[in-house]
Amino acid sequence: MAAPIAELCNVTVRYQQLVALEDVTLTVMPGEFLALIGPNGSGKTTLVKAMLGLVEPASGTVRLFGRPPQDLGREWARVGYVPQVVHIDPRFPIRVFDVVLMGRYAQIGLVRRPGARDREAARVALERVGLSELAGRQIGRLSGGQRQRVLVARALATEPELLILDEPTTGVDVGTTEGLFELLEAFHEQGMTVVVVSHDVGVVAQHVNRVACMNRRLVAHGRPAEVMRPEVLECMYGREAALVAHGDLPHIVVRREGSAEE
Amino acid sequence: MLEILGYGFMQRALLASVLIGTVTAIIGVYVVLRGLAFIGAGIAHASFGGVALGFLLGVNPVLSAVGFCLATAWGISWTSQHAEIREDTAIGIFFAATMALGVLFIGLMGQYNVDLFGYLFGSVLSVTADDLWLTAALAVVVVAIIGLFFKELLFITFDPEMAQVSGLPARGMYTLLLSVMALTVVLSIKVVGIILVSAMIVIPAASAYQLTEDFRVMMALAVAIGNVAAIGGLLLSYRLDTASGATMVLTATVIFFASALLSPRRRRARR
Repeated sequence: MAAPIAELCNVTVRYQQLVALEDVTLTVMPGEFLALIGPNGSGKTTLVKAMLGLVEPASGTVRLFGRPPQDLGREWARVGYVPQVVHIDPRFPIRVFDVVLMGRYAQIGLVRRPGARDREAARVALERVGLSELAGRQIGRLSGGQRQRVLVARALATEPELLILDEPTTGVDVGTTEGLFELLEAFHEQGMTVVVVSHDVGVVAQHVNRVACMNRRLVAHGRPAEVMRPEVLECMYGREAALVAHGDLPHIVVRREGSAEE
Repeated sequence: MLEILGYGFMQRALLASVLIGTVTAIIGVYVVLRGLAFIGAGIAHASFGGVALGFLLGVNPVLSAVGFCLATAWGISWTSQHAEIREDTAIGIFFAATMALGVLFIGLMGQYNVDLFGYLFGSVLSVTADDLWLTAALAVVVVAIIGLFFKELLFITFDPEMAQVSGLPARGMYTLLLSVMALTVVLSIKVVGIILVSAMIVIPAASAYQLTEDFRVMMALAVAIGNVAAIGGLLLSYRLDTASGATMVLTATVIFFASALLSPRRRRARR
């Protein structure tokens, strides 16, 4: 059996007194397309950050490509990451191609300039997300979905084996979400390992081949059809959660006083 | 008009203007895009303490200001990181404290020093050959650092969090940027003065920002505008017998409003 891409073993993460992630054990194998789902505050983002070594676990161990993530050094290039919140000024005078090329800066090394090889990688990354024609466009002159794809292309510029996306579909419409997941499915079919954080249970179930349900702890994980059962969803979203089947697609409706979350 | 170029003081003034018009504009691009105008003003005011210290100790005020401004830049960066306060609060503290130190140093000298005025408001016509050498050396250091770390500085200006995550030394690069800004302030004070130097940093870059959507073009335009403002301001001030630093800043301001009017950005935003 191939070596795991990422391993978390009994990982607990605390922010001051708040326990964000409790005793989570999870392995990501090469070629998997894994979704982390759960309500807000369930520790999905924290799990991803722990996996990348961006937060220090209070206990437990994390391995990325068999090593503590802090020790990856130049092998960072094997990971592509699209963070949840990106503080980018849409008026910044920079073009799409130059943003994608930034994905390679760390790999190029301090002081050295991007070469032909780097430019080619950025060009291919843009092509993979279907935005080749917009290479010369200023970053603010894109739709929300296009901008998200540019950030995916930036993550792809290092030609990573593992692509991690944290809530990539926040604030974009249904069609755009569907398009992005189709893109991720294509990367997965090309052999890339993909981990995506999402609360869009319906879309996730259609595309991924494994789901991990979070509520600070890992509530359940497995194939979408096995995992998305009413008792699991109740454990994640609370008693009021109901599973409504639309054909093959499971769909969650959560109802609380005065508010409906999906 | 051309005969004034025959004078040594005018040649030195022109050279000094070209140097600072270029360097302030380059730094200004990062200042404008990253929102560092206040820290620029803070460091500029800190140089007052540095200049006063130089007079007190009898050393070259530009050299003492280099140390003083670098210490202030690092102090602001360190304090905002370790004291759990926002950076603009840290700047507010250092801004006032370094000015207060300057006033204290002047008091200790026991006599009113007229020379200090030249540093507050600039006196480009009194630039000496030594001043020019020092300015040129600092300018070379600033331009070399920006050239070497061009892509890293671009990344931390555009998306500092991702720069950090991707493995670039983002914190170190930010400190480097502040240090280069401190050097720029110091090399400019003799020409435009402590009070006006932050304007020469911000205005050319802000004007260029109105005119382009490409980072490199913005830098080239900022340098061109900075030079037009510095040289044009110098010649105008000679002609009109006005203060050179103030004339340069006002020339730059006129260019800014002209570029804002012509701005393709603004026209697009309105559409």
